[in-house]
Parts: sequence; structure tokens; C-alpha cells
Amino acid sequence: MSLQALLLTLRLAVLVSLILMAIGLPLGYWLASSRWRWKFVMEAVVALPIVLPPTVLGYYVLVAIGPMSPVGRWYYKLTGGSLAFTFRGLVVGSVLYSLPFAVQPIAAAFSAVDRNLLNASSTLGASPWRTFWQIVFPLGLPGVLTGFVLSFAHTLGEFGVVLMIGGNIPGATRTISIWIYDQVQSLNYAAANQMAAVLLIVCFVILTVLYGLRRTRKWGVWGWQ
Amino acid sequence: MRKILLLAFLATISGYLAAQQITVAAAADLNYALTDLAQRFERNTGNKVTLSFGASGNLYSQISNGAPFDLFFSADEEYPKKLVAAGIAEAPSLKTYATGHLVLWVPNSSGLDPAKLQIQLLTQPSVKRIAIANPQHAPYGRAAVAAIEHYGLKDQVTSLLVYGENVSQAAQFVQSGNAQAGLIAMSLAMSPPMQSAGKFWELPPDAYPELKQAVVIVSSSKQKKTAQAFLDFVFSAEGAAVFKQFGLTPAAHP
Repeated sequence: MSLQALLLTLRLAVLVSLILMAIGLPLGYWLASSRWRWKFVMEAVVALPIVLPPTVLGYYVLVAIGPMSPVGRWYYKLTGGSLAFTFRGLVVGSVLYSLPFAVQPIAAAFSAVDRNLLNASSTLGASPWRTFWQIVFPLGLPGVLTGFVLSFAHTLGEFGVVLMIGGNIPGATRTISIWIYDQVQSLNYAAANQMAAVLLIVCFVILTVLYGLRRTRKWGVWGWQ
Repeated sequence: MRKILLLAFLATISGYLAAQQITVAAAADLNYALTDLAQRFERNTGNKVTLSFGASGNLYSQISNGAPFDLFFSADEEYPKKLVAAGIAEAPSLKTYATGHLVLWVPNSSGLDPAKLQIQLLTQPSVKRIAIANPQHAPYGRAAVAAIEHYGLKDQVTSLLVYGENVSQAAQFVQSGNAQAGLIAMSLAMSPPMQSAGKFWELPPDAYPELKQAVVIVSSSKQKKTAQAFLDFVFSAEGAAVFKQFGLTPAAHP
């Protein structure tokens, strides 16, 4: 068991799911309400990380944050450092990697909100901002929580992207999945077993709670409607 | 006419049937040297060689768990010996094929001159990340750690180390400029894409334990004859010349 890897992974997953809420709420709302004819292109872009191999994602992120790319140079000018092999770099990679798991349930829940309520709200003089927070958000809350939990769990199990951009640094980028991989490759099956069991139980509990809530309270909407 | 066509057809078919295919697990430092050797062997014999590269430790654990390889080229002698001891590889086939060398590599964009600074390059302020292979399962990673300790730089540079999954990934980290220096295999530094992208300094042999690399035939192989033929080629004068070209010292022949 490596407590360091466990805590690091939890910290990464919490941070990533919080950031994804900040991105997912406006993006999900836009996807649910926009009438733009090219919206489906945006939907495809959001769904890409589900089908792309993590190595493709990791490769693009590594090149993008490298010193040869404009993004990498801009970041270097700003901070004097590089994103590669850092915890921040992992956060960036993981946000991309888990994006659809946050955005899709949110968008689905928001688009299920009755339009008559929204129209009534605006006829009564509520601003779009107020309509969002007093009607759309509370009604879509189950979807928002589903998005939060799924992106959290998905980031916990991330491997390929971390392998490509992490550099396996203890305390910074050596996550649980990388740590388990190292133990298996070194034939330390006992150590790998323990940590794998911890991850299995954590993920199982998370998903059981999620699906349990969904069953009892009609919470959470998974996929497009 | 028909008979001739039929004969030609049969000749072609039998050519295919005679050609064998072997699957080779090889240490990541052999990425270029062994690819070159395999191509020459394929051209000479018509047999096909499929190569899988990885950290020696990873390949070792895969073969221990029954991975269907015919040959295993390790970057050390320990893993093949362990396979022989476990009865998974053929004892008589165990042989050292080359000695590897460790180099300090920097990209062209680095203003630092490895030939001049030598190991002290690692302590320059502009070096923020040093790429090495994972010492847990890559012999070149262990050699890099040994060299860092040999020069008494452990306290200074350990926090700068980033670990590639194998020595090729370590090379990729530094070749892409994401790390500013790397301790990698000379056989990768001598490859065309790395040669044009940077400069290196070869560490003196007393800085790390000798990287003797051994090969072994896997017992479960069904292509032992072809595997042996490939080994004979690797140990030939032509094979030795290829190793030399990629900065590996071929083993002395009896």
C-alpha cells in the first residue's frame, strides 16, 4: 500500500471533478438550450475522450505542453516552469480525459427540464441567470451530481494519460494506477493486490451509491435524452 | 502451360510455408539496433521477425506469466538467468550478446555542452528535469541511479528525476524537450532521430555496473530452429557490426 499514491490520486480526482463542474455547468447548459445548427459538432467534440485511446490524448497533451508548442512557451513565460511531469499537468490532462463524464449527464439533465417552466420564469421577469439557479439547476441537480461522481471515479482509474505525461514522480504524478502497474511489473503481487482491492472497493461503493440513489429517487440521467 | 502455372503456384506456396515467423521480446535500448538486424535477417532468409520492445523487467514478468515469445533480448543478464532458473527459458541458449553504455543526452535547444560539463551538467540551474528509465524494472534506469550515486549527486538531483516507463520513453521525454537532460542508452542516442536532435557525453565505465546484455530462447517456443538461426545471425560478424554502429559493444566470440 502506498498512502502517498492514494492521497495524491484522491487530491487529483477531487480537484478535477470540481474544475469539471465549473466547465460542465455552463457547457452542459449551453448544449441543452442552444438552437445552433452546428451544435452536434460540439457534442461530438465533448464525446471524443470516450472513444479516443488515452495514449492519443496523452500524446497530444504532451506535445501541447512541451517547450516547442505555443501553449508550452506561453505557460513558461507566465510561470517559469513547464506543465510536463507536474501535478498541474496531470490536472490538465485529466480534465480533458473526464470531460464527457461530467458534461453529458449535466446536459442530459438540463435538457429534460420542462421548457414551459423556463418560459413562465422569463415571462414573470426573471433574468436568465436567476432562471438558471432557481429552476434549471435545482431540477437538474441529480444529473449534476452524477456528472461530479462519474468524473471523480473516472479520474481515479486514469492510467494511459498519466503514463504519457506524468513521469512517475512519487508525490507528484505517481497515481494509484501507475503504482499498481509498477508493483505488478516488479512481481510484487501482494502489494498490487492490496491497492487494487482498495481501488475496486472505492469504485464499487461510489457506483453502488450512485445507482442506488437513481433507483430510489429517480436521480441521475445517464446519456442523452 | 497449366502445369507450369501450377508448378509456379506450388513453388510460391511452399516458399511461404517454409518461411517461419518468430516473436522476439527485446529491451527498449535495442529499438533501432534489433530492428535493423531483424530486417537484414528477414531479407537473407525470408523468415519473419516480430519485435516487441519494453523495459526488460516488464518483458521478464510477461514471459514469466506465459507470454508467447520465442526469444528474449534483455538489457541485463539477471532477468534471462532468472528465467532459466525458473525453467521457463533454455539454459544452453543463455548468452551475452553485447555490452551497453550509458550516456548523458541533451537536446540541441539546450545551451549546455555535455562534452565540457560532463556529469556536472545535471546540476546546472537550467536543468529542471532529468529523464531516466524506471529503475524498478529497467536495467538502464538502475545504471543511471548508480551513476548519480557514484558522482555523489543523489541529494542534488533526485528531486529532478522523471521516470520513463522504459529507456525509450525516457529518451522521448528528453528528445521532446520536456526534460532538459537524460541518462539514456547510447544505442538510442546513436539512432537517427536522436542523433540529429541533440548531443551526448558517454559516462566512463567505472561510473556504473557494467551493462552486460544477455539473450535466451524461451522454452515454450515452437520455433526454436528459426530462433537459433536468428541468434546465429545476431552473433555473426554482420550482427556485431550493426551493434557497433548503434553504440553497443558486441560480445567477444569464442
